[in-house]
Amino acid sequence: MKRSLPLLWRRINERYNLVGSICQTCNTPYFPSRKICPKCRRKGKLISQKMPNEGKIFTFTQVHAAPAGFEHETPYFMAIIQLKNDVKVLAQLVDSPVEKVKIGANAKMVFRKIYEDNHEGAIAYGYKFKIV
Amino acid sequence: MRGVSVIGTGLTKFGEHWSVGFRELITEAAVKSIEDANIEGKEIQAIFGGTMASGSFIGQEHIGALIADQLGMNPIPSIRMEAACASGSVALRSAYFAVASGMYDVVAVGGVEKMTDISTEEAATALGGAGDQEWELFLGATFPALYALLARRHMLEYGTTEEQMASVSVKNHANGVLNPYAQFQKEITIDEVMNSGYIASPLKLLDCSPITDGAASLILCASEKARKYTDLPIEIVGTGQASDTLALSNRANMTELNATKEAAKQAYSQAKVDSSKISLAEVHDCFSIAEILAIEDLGFFSKGQGGKASMDGRTALNSDISINTSGGLKACGHPVGATGIKQVCEVVWQLRNEAGKRQVEGAEYGLTHNVGGSGATAVVNILKRAD
Repeated sequence: MKRSLPLLWRRINERYNLVGSICQTCNTPYFPSRKICPKCRRKGKLISQKMPNEGKIFTFTQVHAAPAGFEHETPYFMAIIQLKNDVKVLAQLVDSPVEKVKIGANAKMVFRKIYEDNHEGAIAYGYKFKIV
Repeated sequence: MRGVSVIGTGLTKFGEHWSVGFRELITEAAVKSIEDANIEGKEIQAIFGGTMASGSFIGQEHIGALIADQLGMNPIPSIRMEAACASGSVALRSAYFAVASGMYDVVAVGGVEKMTDISTEEAATALGGAGDQEWELFLGATFPALYALLARRHMLEYGTTEEQMASVSVKNHANGVLNPYAQFQKEITIDEVMNSGYIASPLKLLDCSPITDGAASLILCASEKARKYTDLPIEIVGTGQASDTLALSNRANMTELNATKEAAKQAYSQAKVDSSKISLAEVHDCFSIAEILAIEDLGFFSKGQGGKASMDGRTALNSDISINTSGGLKACGHPVGATGIKQVCEVVWQLRNEAGKRQVEGAEYGLTHNVGGSGATAVVNILKRAD
């Protein structure tokens, strides 16, 4: 899918720095950021919060049939990482030996190119994770 | 609220329809349902259509108007509903409410998707819109990948195996052989599934439902007036719908679809039955693991036992519970917007004793279960013979 520059630009803080939110009322962290805390709703107060950049693999898959824009990367791993604050994040796993990709393995965020076939010439960057 | 019954069903063959388009498909299904209901077109007071991504698949929106126009039914109201792969079912629920409320007596409900006019990669991207565009697809996730993440977790927590998942596809193909509407009418073996190549590990090609063209249609009527048209109306005695987070990663539990459990609770409660009363169910097996999750979340088997139950043949035709007698999404095919309506067609035929070689014996209650995305929408309907 074609993604415009503003669409990429407005997510930079979240995608480059893993910035989500935390509710000051119930202390629940969220990623990606939210405007409303599902637990407290209008009694909640959400502010920006950087997520911890380490966690463990909660579940994973190796993608062999990729969507448009990712064909040249197959096969690649995608995982849901349970961060140290228990927030779960979906991300690609990179620079990780196949035999170490297991549920429970420690993983750390890295900054990578996501894809570059944007029709306005912009390269999309963001978080991926690697096994440590 | 008054009772609502199905008095007409219509279905196109599911498959790759190179020579016909979106409008021919929905027209064929609609006309069949009107003939089946033995009514005049002018008795239909409103149309509810379900389609997921016609804009991406054929560049066409404004589907409600298109359907009314093609059927020659202007100027009656006609709308399109969307909830990803559950689009057909949410259209059905809207139609149900319209009749139950007393606003209309007779309405038509359609579901349609024309998916083969674009490349497989483009279709995968269009279907990806059922997930979270900004936080799943953007990063390279596919739909098989999301269900693979659920599968891996189910394998870890309950010991579910790839062979058990394969047995779901094997059973659904065996049912598909008996269904003349099915896209695939060919038996497959566990070995063939196991050797079919990974799409998103642990899911392989034959764990995945195909890309399909097709349409389905129903005529709904107020139960109090249904006998004017048919001796055997099939009543919708329970309906439920629930939602969950759009993105899979935001869910606490990844070995169930909570929306399925919530929708089932509503439907069972309204129908005043529990899962033990259900003889057959059409469940949303977009991937083999999805059928395992469904038969657990609907209460047919306890959590974690769905894989073993499938492998042991307990979901086969005329076993403990007949699951996906149509062949399911896997073998019958999955034209996304049509699927929820096709499921109801199959259950109606079973309850009317019109399912031919795949007939379930002595069925009184049947259930349909339709999921949007990775479980952000789920719809459950319970149907009953009204005799």
